[in-house]
Amino acid sequence: MALTLKINGKDRNVDVDGETPLLWVLRDDLRLTGTKFGCGVAQCGACTVYVNGQPRRSCVTPVETLEGAEVTTIEGLEGREADAVRAAWAEYDTPQCGYCQSGQIMTAAALLQRNPNPTDEDIDNALAGNICRCATYVRIRKAVKAAGERLEG
Amino acid sequence: MAPYDKPETPIIASRRDFLAGAAGLVIAVSLPVRARAHKGGHGPSRAAFAPNAFVRVAPDNIITVLIKNIEFGQGPWTGLATLVAEEMDADWGQIRAEHAPSNPALYSDPMLGMQLTGGSASMATSYDLMRKAGATARAMLVAAAAKAWGVPAGEIAVDKGVLSHPAGHQGSFGDFAEAAADETAPEDPPLKTADQFTFIGDEKLPKLDTAEKSNGAAEFTLDVYRGGMLTAVVAHPNRFGATVASFDDSAARAVPGVVDVKQVSAGVAVLAENTYAALKGRKALSVEWDESAAESRDTETILSECEAAAQARGAIAHEAGDVDDALANAETVLEADFLFPYLAHAPMEPLDAVIERSADGGVEAWIGSQGTTLDHQMIANVCGVDLAQVKLHVMLAGGSFGRRAQMTSHLAQEAAEIFMAAGGDRAVKLMWTREDDIRGGYYRPVTVHHLRGGLDADGEIIAWEQTVAGQSFAAGTPFEAFMVRNGVDIMMVEGASETPYAVANNAVSAHIIQNPVSTLWWRSVGHTHTGYAVECFIDELLEAGGKDPVAGRLALMTDDYARLAGTLEKAAEIAGWGRDMPEGRALGVASVKSFNSYVSQVAEVSIEGGVPRVHKVWCAVDCGVAVNPEIIRAQMEGGIGYALSAILFNEITLDETGAVEQSNFHDYRSLRISEMPEVEVAIIASDEAPTGVGEPGVPPLGPAVANAVRRLTGAAPRRLPMIRNDFQA
Ligand code: FES
Ligand code: FES
Repeated sequence: MALTLKINGKDRNVDVDGETPLLWVLRDDLRLTGTKFGCGVAQCGACTVYVNGQPRRSCVTPVETLEGAEVTTIEGLEGREADAVRAAWAEYDTPQCGYCQSGQIMTAAALLQRNPNPTDEDIDNALAGNICRCATYVRIRKAVKAAGERLEG
Repeated sequence: MAPYDKPETPIIASRRDFLAGAAGLVIAVSLPVRARAHKGGHGPSRAAFAPNAFVRVAPDNIITVLIKNIEFGQGPWTGLATLVAEEMDADWGQIRAEHAPSNPALYSDPMLGMQLTGGSASMATSYDLMRKAGATARAMLVAAAAKAWGVPAGEIAVDKGVLSHPAGHQGSFGDFAEAAADETAPEDPPLKTADQFTFIGDEKLPKLDTAEKSNGAAEFTLDVYRGGMLTAVVAHPNRFGATVASFDDSAARAVPGVVDVKQVSAGVAVLAENTYAALKGRKALSVEWDESAAESRDTETILSECEAAAQARGAIAHEAGDVDDALANAETVLEADFLFPYLAHAPMEPLDAVIERSADGGVEAWIGSQGTTLDHQMIANVCGVDLAQVKLHVMLAGGSFGRRAQMTSHLAQEAAEIFMAAGGDRAVKLMWTREDDIRGGYYRPVTVHHLRGGLDADGEIIAWEQTVAGQSFAAGTPFEAFMVRNGVDIMMVEGASETPYAVANNAVSAHIIQNPVSTLWWRSVGHTHTGYAVECFIDELLEAGGKDPVAGRLALMTDDYARLAGTLEKAAEIAGWGRDMPEGRALGVASVKSFNSYVSQVAEVSIEGGVPRVHKVWCAVDCGVAVNPEIIRAQMEGGIGYALSAILFNEITLDETGAVEQSNFHDYRSLRISEMPEVEVAIIASDEAPTGVGEPGVPPLGPAVANAVRRLTGAAPRRLPMIRNDFQA
């Protein structure tokens, strides 16, 4: 089916099987490869994007449900929270292999939009759906806190 | 004196062996002595200066360091570039890293004689090599500047990438990139002494790949898209050792977008115009499997087989004194069996590979290739082309933990077979799903350790008998020749055949028990189980002898393990060992030398809902010169998290028909951020040559947690994962 998607603020036309998960449309059709495949079953968070500003697992989101919706991917993630998160990620050199990090950063920035001053527990709750097999969790925690402080300050 | 013979460990280079092996390599990469100019790279029209296979200096002043080891999170890009920057006196901002292409003549591991990343050896095998590469580049740039300025080279200073002379001359590396190519490479450029280091040991040096890993730009194999490329997924058998009997692809071919269905060695491949069509096509495929040679037993049976074998002594890995006599005369004898399950590596990026026909009739491939030379050879064989006609790009990989280096090169084989079966003209991307990964074998082998220990009337340990039974993944491969000796696979017994502890009478032996389930090295290899068995059992023996776990270990550690003792003292100190613990909490400790690095950890543990909860881990590491302290800390943190996931939650089990029961992260549970302990790392200052950190953070974590659990509950967790038990504090 032919669809018009609003991705990172731009209208993009695609012609795909409507059941195709957004993840594969982003990657195969639009070559936005920053959004990753880790499990395909909403277990790992590597594929996290925003749909109308809310974090969503793109691996289980059929693209046909997104006509008219605003989709943001890691390539289009911007704003105060995103800047603060990326600066903190650099400060702690958080990524190891880096494969999960798009999802971590999308989720972390969404948390800070809701709650710029999260406790360790808030961070753990918000990011518990994002697996990092390299276990960069210690630095993710520190970086999210530091990003929050940057926003407050 | 060491109570055990030092085992020969070809993958893990001793310092002396490394230097001996590296000599030939250094000479090889220095040839031709006259530097080659290198067209292309940075700067469209002017030539870059490539004094050797590891450094390129472009006229735009960018220095590119070629990294012989794959970067999948352990930091070789930054680490090896640090060494070059140090000797060049470069500015960190002008440094870039990229993977060296597959070229065993230039980029081989000196011990293995092939390009392969493993054994936590990237830094150890690069420390002299990369510093020399940097020093050579610097000397040639200085020589070119001296000529241009008409001054003696010795009067030129270099600081942060700027060459200067007191007479007022000043220039950048880029300014002399072209001219330096005409200079002669010095044979033996002097290297800095530790007091001259500015990059090595820098606590704040930023990693080179953080930015691209924070904005989606980092390119992994899965992100490679070639013109006209097909995506392939493969229907693999449910049982190990099964093969395709027949298949019906009519429904699969009816899926829009599916282009072809082909049988390959590993199963049946569905090729499609896009990923979703390939996945849908695979679902519609029906395959009959020939299971006549397949493993049809469950994991309980496989474990029992190992457990039974471990009760009798196996092929001797190490023997000293008379263990039977000592056990017979011991005042107290303790006995324990430790059972270790199959473990999947489950790297975040499932396996993948891209291959296409190149213009000259050869092939070009993109793989997060850890066993680079093996993959290169496999692709050439399957595609029927010369090695020189294969261009293999080593890609960033989303983790590996050992999974991307296989003696069999099965991934490269599968990709190349599909590419050829589909005609060999359209580019193909092979993608494994998480289910393929979890069910696809190449697991840490099932292993059982049987231990008997004897104490005399004073509680001193006088006997240690350890029998290991499990699968060998070296047996039956080209690695067997140097990994299996007298019936003992050295990777099964590493960390047991030689331990830190002086016990007069001991016997360590092994039984190799093969079955069709494929197995592989898993982050820290044999130490994943030997470290656990040794460090849990020594703790039990010390307790039975009325000794403190820290003081008791220190008293037994031989002189060869003075550096391990140093980490144990440090870990105990920062953890406040011996302090009063809050109700329901206990500390446990473990110390393991692996890959020539020394790590001790103390874990603070409680029990929540029958499962251990780890609150904090104190870790002390001695890995020689700390080239990048923050990467070392991060690897300890990551190793701790990776190990904790495994010992708490992870096992791959086969049902009573031999089929794998797990499939994805819902039933092969990964540690989540809410389960990650706080971690404090202390690095022991050292001027020994650096050793690795990718694996050594893993082995002590399991036994440190287990020893705390035993203290808390009275029950020793001897079968992993711990979640099998319902612990009561
Ligand atoms: S790939 Fe979507 S949650 Fe894992
Ligand atoms: S950084 Fe490797 S999985 Fe998170």
